[in-house]
Amino acid sequence: MAGTSIMETLFQRDLDDLIKGIRQQQIKESLFISKAIEEIRREIKSTDLPTKSAALRKLSYLSSLHGADMSFAAFHAVEVMSSPQFFYKKIGYHAVTQSFNDDTPVILLITNQLRKDLNSSNQFEVSLALECLSRIGNVDLARDLTPEVFTLLSSSKVFIKKKAIAVVLRVFEKYPDAVRVCFKRLVENLESSEPVILSAVVGVFCELCLKDPRSYLPLAPEFYKILVDSKNNWLLIKVLKIFAKLATLEPRLAKRVVEPICEFMRRTEAKSLLFECIRTVLSSLSEYESAVKLAVVKVREFLVDDDPNLKYLGLQALSIIAPKHLWAVLENKDFVIKSLSDGDYNIKLESLRLLMSMVSESNVAEISRVLINYALKSDPEFCNQILGSILSTCCRNLYEVIVDFDWYASLLGEMVRIPHCQKGEEIEHQIIDIAMRVKDVRPALVHVCRNLLIDPALLGNPFLHRILSAAAWVSGEYVEFSRNPFELMEALLQPRTNLLLPSIRAVYVQSVFKVLIFCVHSYLLHKENISSVNTDNLASEVPESVFARMSCENSDLATSEAPASSEQHDSFNPRNINQSFGDLSIENGGDATVSNSQASTSASLGRNSFTQESIVNLFNIVELALGPLSRSHDVEIQERARNVLGFTDLIKQEILNPVVQGEENLARAETEASRVVKLMCDAFSEELGPVSTSAQDRVPVPDGLLLKENLADLETICGDIQLPLSSSFSLSSTPLGEAVDISRTNLQSKDETEPSHESTSLLAEHRKRHGLYYLASEKSEVASNDYPPANDPMSQDKLNDDAEDLLKLTEQSLAPKKKPNQAKPRPVVLKLDGDEISVAAKKPELKDDLLSGVVQDVLLGNDGVPSSSRSNRSENLSGKSKGKEKLNTDLSLETKENVPGEKMPDHVNTSSRRSKHRSHGKERRQKGQGKDGEEKEDNGQKKKRKSNHHRGKHKAHQRADEPSNVVAQTPVIPDFLL
Amino acid sequence: MGIRFILMVNKQGQTRLAQYYEWLTLEERRALEGEIVRKCLARTEQQCSFVEHRNYKIVYRRYASLFFLVGVDNDENELAILEFIHLLVETMDRHFGNVCELDIMFHLEKAHFMLEEMVMNGCIVETSKSNILSPIQLMEKMS
Repeated sequence: MAGTSIMETLFQRDLDDLIKGIRQQQIKESLFISKAIEEIRREIKSTDLPTKSAALRKLSYLSSLHGADMSFAAFHAVEVMSSPQFFYKKIGYHAVTQSFNDDTPVILLITNQLRKDLNSSNQFEVSLALECLSRIGNVDLARDLTPEVFTLLSSSKVFIKKKAIAVVLRVFEKYPDAVRVCFKRLVENLESSEPVILSAVVGVFCELCLKDPRSYLPLAPEFYKILVDSKNNWLLIKVLKIFAKLATLEPRLAKRVVEPICEFMRRTEAKSLLFECIRTVLSSLSEYESAVKLAVVKVREFLVDDDPNLKYLGLQALSIIAPKHLWAVLENKDFVIKSLSDGDYNIKLESLRLLMSMVSESNVAEISRVLINYALKSDPEFCNQILGSILSTCCRNLYEVIVDFDWYASLLGEMVRIPHCQKGEEIEHQIIDIAMRVKDVRPALVHVCRNLLIDPALLGNPFLHRILSAAAWVSGEYVEFSRNPFELMEALLQPRTNLLLPSIRAVYVQSVFKVLIFCVHSYLLHKENISSVNTDNLASEVPESVFARMSCENSDLATSEAPASSEQHDSFNPRNINQSFGDLSIENGGDATVSNSQASTSASLGRNSFTQESIVNLFNIVELALGPLSRSHDVEIQERARNVLGFTDLIKQEILNPVVQGEENLARAETEASRVVKLMCDAFSEELGPVSTSAQDRVPVPDGLLLKENLADLETICGDIQLPLSSSFSLSSTPLGEAVDISRTNLQSKDETEPSHESTSLLAEHRKRHGLYYLASEKSEVASNDYPPANDPMSQDKLNDDAEDLLKLTEQSLAPKKKPNQAKPRPVVLKLDGDEISVAAKKPELKDDLLSGVVQDVLLGNDGVPSSSRSNRSENLSGKSKGKEKLNTDLSLETKENVPGEKMPDHVNTSSRRSKHRSHGKERRQKGQGKDGEEKEDNGQKKKRKSNHHRGKHKAHQRADEPSNVVAQTPVIPDFLL
Repeated sequence: MGIRFILMVNKQGQTRLAQYYEWLTLEERRALEGEIVRKCLARTEQQCSFVEHRNYKIVYRRYASLFFLVGVDNDENELAILEFIHLLVETMDRHFGNVCELDIMFHLEKAHFMLEEMVMNGCIVETSKSNILSPIQLMEKMS
């Protein structure tokens, strides 16, 4: 510590004192630090350099390790860094490097200092400046210092040269035009005999390749040489990474490198290199059977190793190869399954992913069974990880792997019963989704939902509330599949529903409405049928499913139902509810799969047929339960409850008046009540379908309607309107729903020719809006996660604790052969055109595009003839390189504006440049013209340019002169590949 | 970028060295370090040394009371990074002689200097111990 003695004379605390002070912790650390910073603020203003730099040192330390803000010292850091003495300069550089970023204003001041130090004769000063540039270099610095970096690239000192090479990466990234200046020298270093230089330059190319491999394809021969010659594992790993990228672009290159890579795999002792080889083979050379086999053997060695690191990497390697060579995973399946119970969460996770990659139509049920068993005994985190991966795997590509949707519905129901389940949102979404998409699953799903709704224990777990909301919706929407609507009604109105959020409770109330209407309507139909039973003889021929769908404006149908329900006319009474409840639950215990045939549904309907007594009872239950809700503070609940109560008031009177109705048998069909009910029933019978995410786009904007991009000025209009109820209204989803509505009604009015009353269609629209409102699933009101999920004591039978048992369980399921257990054909899954597009498109990265554009440009324009397209940029450059210091701002603006357009002129120029090259007579042999001939002109030209560049530099590779052999669109492959 | 940051953290979770190769604000750094420390320090010796965090991986290794944590891109070779950590420790050992937490605390600048010799722009540029240490030794001689 050179400065220590001076500091001591000034009684300044130096860095060591500071550290000791912090360590002693006589006072609270934060207090100590804020005191120290006060001190530093004073000292740093000193004109005495030792004092100032010591203060800066302390500040750097505090900033780096204790998060102290040092932005106030930016200017002081610049001062210290310009000191001629290395000791202080180093402190200044350290502070600048650590604290400056693009937003630091004084960064403009360091350009000259950096330039001076880059040109210094002291190599350590050069090194400091390079390090600084590599960390904080912005566009301006990169542009202004490109000439200096270029000079240093050919420094005679290895110490400097390697750093200059590493800095180039930052310079290119910030200022792509630097490629025009530096690229050639960079490439020349690929042939350096100095291992340190080689390793630095390969490191740079490795990073460049990761972003845009195609541009560097012409450099393959150099990389290949390094791959074959080098003995340095660090270097080889980088080169392998480069080849992993290049080989996927050029099959012939893959063929060339596969043998050396296999050789490494056989020979090397270094696990890191071995792993890189494995990864390269599995990811990029998977067509080479023997190489893959060798790699899988090596993976196996990793898997059985005691080192958890190798185990983890082995699993990772398997998941790379899983999509292409599933056999490799199946071969190691015992290990994968065993890893599910590993002590390391990361390893468990990796094996879970791997297991999910094995899922197919034939084994999804078995794998899910195994995993659910694991989930039951796992900690909450992993349990939900398992559930999450099952859910996401099963819904992939519109439930591609699911054949038996009834099974899937029961699986969803089972997941809800897992104590740690927190996947409410996802399960909610899937329940509604499959209900709408898959018609055939509805009976089974309604049954599953009924079991969820009826269980009061589930209401105590806030994580499950959203699932219950979905279950309530499904039960209401598809109530015709319910075996016992009365029991459903009781479930929906049970007292514990007051634990639900208002938004979910509102869904419950709406479902109550639907169920009520269904019951009353059935009752009325039923009564009607008694009178007309004699005249009817069509009954047996009409499909029951039609009845089930309740298309009841058709009176023929209505009468046709008569015999079925009249058989057990009077069998229903309140006691019967309980009895059938018991029946059903016994049934559930017995077999999880629900018989979904329409016949059984309507049979059970018949059993619980609707008597007046039961309907009256229903009204009473509803009024009792909803009465208090009509005064609810939540408007949504209040409004819906009042709707239901209004409805009951309206028709209860007539239904309760059997005497009158009994007398006027014939006129009954015309009574007020039945008309109202019919109307409501029509409204609810409209089936909801899934809505494509792109649906709104297809709604044409009406003429003269101006849509604003930004609705900020809405604030000024309705700023004074308070929205205290927004939490319960979920306003955000409404506009979309409505817009979709319009399109749907338009479509339907064309498609459907069903006769309907005007009021019915109005109601239908209202209903649809509400329906969509439900579907929009109150996103803003997700249940809070404040308290842990209640553990619902559910009967968790078969809990297999041994991994070995599970292994046996999956033994068959993972076998490669398909099992012919698909008795039922897969039901239709409704698709929307929007569904396919959902895969996110590639996002173009502007910066990389720029960089690769320039790289290709340079590779082409290797002979250094300045083209018109970049004349103004080279002006910039030359202006700077002369050392004239202008204010950068406008210049940089100018270049930024120029850059995006640069690709176009390049293409225009291509042909002329090519012909120039050709006239040099250095054209290489070109084969494979037909092979990739179909490729876009773009690519062809890119490759062409690259190969041209190549030709310029690697005379060793040049062979015959065939200048006239060129077809413009054909990519040129370096002959080393052929 | 390859390497995004290098951290040295003691058993108590206090940061002893932090080197970032991409700009993060002080708040971001503090949050990141907190998350990583929470994730990694709870793990046992029997568990693997790789942790996925946000969109990158953390490769870490424990030496005595000090954890060396390196944040890398997803396609980086984990085992090579472990070797790098080991190389770093060996280099410090050679310079300080059986390096300990205190050495790094009181010679933070030197530790940074060594790292700067080894890594530039997130790329490993130097793997020879004597090459890494020679500038430091030279500077010590000069001063």
